[in-house]
Amino acid sequence: METLTQPEALNFECETGNYHTFCPISCVAWLYQKIEDSFFLVIGTKTCGYFLQNAMGVMIFAEPRYAMAELEEGDISAQLNDFDELKRLCLQIKRDRNPSVIVWIGTCTTEIIKMDLEGLAPKLEAELGIPIVTARANGLDYAFTQGEDTVLAAMAAKCPEKAPVMESQKQERNAISQLLNFGKKKEEVAADESEYVNHTPLVLFGSLPDPVVTQLTLELKKQGIKVSGWLPSKRYTELPVLEEGYYVSGMNPFLSRTATTLMRRRKCKLIGAPFPIGPDGTRAWIEKICSVFNIEPKGLDEREAQIWASLEDYLQIVRGKSVFFMGDNLLEISLARFLIRCGMTCPEIGIPYMDKRYQAAELELLEKTCHEMGVPTPRIVEKPDNYNQIQRIYEQNIDLVITGMAHANPLEARGINTKWSVEFTFAQIHGFGNARDILELVTRPLRRNNSLKDLGWGNLVKEGAKV
Amino acid sequence: MKLAYWMYAGPAHIGTLRVASSFKNVHAIMHAPLGDDYFNVMRSMLERERDFTPVTASIVDRHVLARGSQERVVDNITRKDREEHPDLIVLTPTCTSSILQEDLENFVNRAQLEAKGDVMLADVNHYRVNELQAADRTLDQIVQFYINKARKKGDLAEGKTEKPSVNIIGISTLGFHNQHDCTELKRLMADLGIEVNEVIPEGASVHNLKNLPRAWFNLVPYRELGMMAASYLEKEFGTPCVDITPMGVVETARCIRKIQEVLNAQGADVNYEEFIDQQTRFVSQAAWFSRSIDCQNLTGKKAVVFGDNTHAAAMTKILSREMGIHVVWAGTYCKYDADWFREQVSGYCDEVIISEDHGAIGDAIARVEPSAIFGTQMERHVGKRLDIPCGVIAAPIHIQNFPIGYKPFLGYEGTNQCVDLVYNSFTLGMEDHLLEIFGGHDTKEVITKGISADSDMNWTKDGQAELNKIPGFVRGKVKRNTEKFARERGIAQISAEVLYAAKEAVGA
Repeated sequence: METLTQPEALNFECETGNYHTFCPISCVAWLYQKIEDSFFLVIGTKTCGYFLQNAMGVMIFAEPRYAMAELEEGDISAQLNDFDELKRLCLQIKRDRNPSVIVWIGTCTTEIIKMDLEGLAPKLEAELGIPIVTARANGLDYAFTQGEDTVLAAMAAKCPEKAPVMESQKQERNAISQLLNFGKKKEEVAADESEYVNHTPLVLFGSLPDPVVTQLTLELKKQGIKVSGWLPSKRYTELPVLEEGYYVSGMNPFLSRTATTLMRRRKCKLIGAPFPIGPDGTRAWIEKICSVFNIEPKGLDEREAQIWASLEDYLQIVRGKSVFFMGDNLLEISLARFLIRCGMTCPEIGIPYMDKRYQAAELELLEKTCHEMGVPTPRIVEKPDNYNQIQRIYEQNIDLVITGMAHANPLEARGINTKWSVEFTFAQIHGFGNARDILELVTRPLRRNNSLKDLGWGNLVKEGAKV
Repeated sequence: MKLAYWMYAGPAHIGTLRVASSFKNVHAIMHAPLGDDYFNVMRSMLERERDFTPVTASIVDRHVLARGSQERVVDNITRKDREEHPDLIVLTPTCTSSILQEDLENFVNRAQLEAKGDVMLADVNHYRVNELQAADRTLDQIVQFYINKARKKGDLAEGKTEKPSVNIIGISTLGFHNQHDCTELKRLMADLGIEVNEVIPEGASVHNLKNLPRAWFNLVPYRELGMMAASYLEKEFGTPCVDITPMGVVETARCIRKIQEVLNAQGADVNYEEFIDQQTRFVSQAAWFSRSIDCQNLTGKKAVVFGDNTHAAAMTKILSREMGIHVVWAGTYCKYDADWFREQVSGYCDEVIISEDHGAIGDAIARVEPSAIFGTQMERHVGKRLDIPCGVIAAPIHIQNFPIGYKPFLGYEGTNQCVDLVYNSFTLGMEDHLLEIFGGHDTKEVITKGISADSDMNWTKDGQAELNKIPGFVRGKVKRNTEKFARERGIAQISAEVLYAAKEAVGA
């Protein structure tokens, strides 16, 4: 590239949308595990069921708390009554599993036949005595991780509005403080409270594995910031209180609907920060929250430096290499920003959907990172076209392609290193402590292929088999 | 509506895609919403395909809902035609496009005007047929299309080949051990002095379909895929069809005798009896195995069998007829073809179960407590839960059922593989019971490396709670590392914070 002294702005493009990603109903795979007393009912066809069954592999055999309400021809042609059918199935679920909430996942089919799930839910809820949350996580409108966004946006509406008055109940409500105060006496709890700065309650949103929740909660505690609750919580019955004026902050880049719902419907104030992915992201996230609460952040310099130092062995592997995101899970901007900070170059970030407002702080940090590292800013390609991308990958001689499983093996056979993108959604990648896990994933193909490189079989397809 | 957790046969479009992508240079375009192209992942993962799966989607999104696909499908077809020059593009409807009721046939006709290759619409109704039926229909449809095309052009192959020859029909991608079966069948045909005219659909070119009538007969090894195309060829050209699955010693012999009969009826003078005798007694080890002491120990042991029609029926016969095992029940999920299954296994098992409900199958297994199960991956998991060994004999399958080593189920080598599968399943079960009776090999606790698992370190309740969240198989390691970390720094109480500080420091 030409002179880099002149800061270039990010370049956004939009292609055809012919790309491979997971159907958003896949969110049930991690959400049913996260929300322990839930049951997810996917109202769709055999196609949906087949996808879930294959995508979730062995999980399917572990008596999962999800099922398909498989639509038959009679449902499509309205010979059967939607309400009666759903009631029959939900009663069966209540009898067999007795969940605290049933989440209905609307699919493409329910959209097309215009099944009024939002209208049916309150009626059935009243008859059944179990809350029903409706989320339209379909492939007509959304990609992969956006499924979680639709579920959390629906759950945001179900969070209690007022903190219960009784002191004892208040503690019941708050899962995190309970966890941290586990088994302590009242005086000790009071002493704990003194560790926190007095600030407007803060609720974090985004489904993360419990250990990551603890880590990030403790990270803010070090700054005297108390996390009043998480959306979602471990149990549906422990959903956090959301009063008007509370602060909220998103943990993942794909939660724009949830953020919008929290702001517009629940009148919360969104802290727009970069996402705590990578030590740079985590630090920026903490700093932004601190700045909102007028807190001078403590010890972040050393903390971040220490983490970077501990990553040195991995950084040596990635420095100077190029990475290409084909785009399928919306984590791409944050991951690219982190990898550029690690010393990589990134010519292209494919992404299914780009919410420039919700990701504003993250985009800004990406741009800043590029300038500071002296690398060209990536082109950000929304709704990419996988076929065109593959041609670009060939042309640009990319060192590492982050892509879905549909393209990974064919690219490897053509001598191109790949990392399966879905792993980033299931691995623990948030906070200071998990930066190493991201690099473990990113460097794995490079380390593996490094040990194979002298064997002379990099390219494993016959001449002419380009596509 | 039906409450379903799991299904044995996939949706219709999967069958169409399996057939289309088995052919060389055929591209399938799905009329489907984002995320429905999961087929590509399965093929790339399970088959470890080196090439890009020739399947793309013409995306149905919110705009399509509002105003129809309009030019989109046609554009996508002609674009693919330009980019990759496939011989044929198969437009594949999905459940979504079934209810949109767009005139896909019209799109195909319009695209055909511009495209250099052929374009066709797969004639499958999502709500009426499953994966297997759709695959059968699509293969039939493609065969008919190219026979008719050749007829029109006047270049349909005429007359039979000089020497006896065969079309092997029904080998496809993502089929259970299909690649290995195909190799074994070709080898068997070579041994019998029969030329292989065409193998379809796997690896075939659509240009060669016009040669299909040249074969003396068609061999359809699997009940689920190829019967429709074979009956079409029989009706059209009088090509006889051998539809006996050569799986197991007796059935392989029966298949070969049928081939002999079919060839001799057309004037060949072949006698395969000596070949069958040689193979049975000395090449395949299965006949000898059934006579050996090992197999004697299996006599009367209880087994259950479940799978697709082909494999469940063949396995039932092998267990019962060739090994003297007591098959308590045999079942299939091919409900649409249940009569055939009943007829095949009658006399070889006590009871026949026809069901698509894995819960009912699980219950039926628990009820009879067999010594071994032969089923799909689902039955393998039921077996795990009930502590009963399971040999996997049919799809649905996982990646471990796509072995790299040579493992056919058909032909004489196939009989050897079946013996290993059956025998290994039963002995493992036996070993398990012996261990239980005698209390296992080693009742002492495993001694941990270095720092003992029981330590003098104090874990706070939150620390302990956090530790318990860590998956069991690494918990020991995390505990040791954390305690080492705490000890080195003189920390007496291990809290959640210490645990994570240790994780960062050690990087584990």
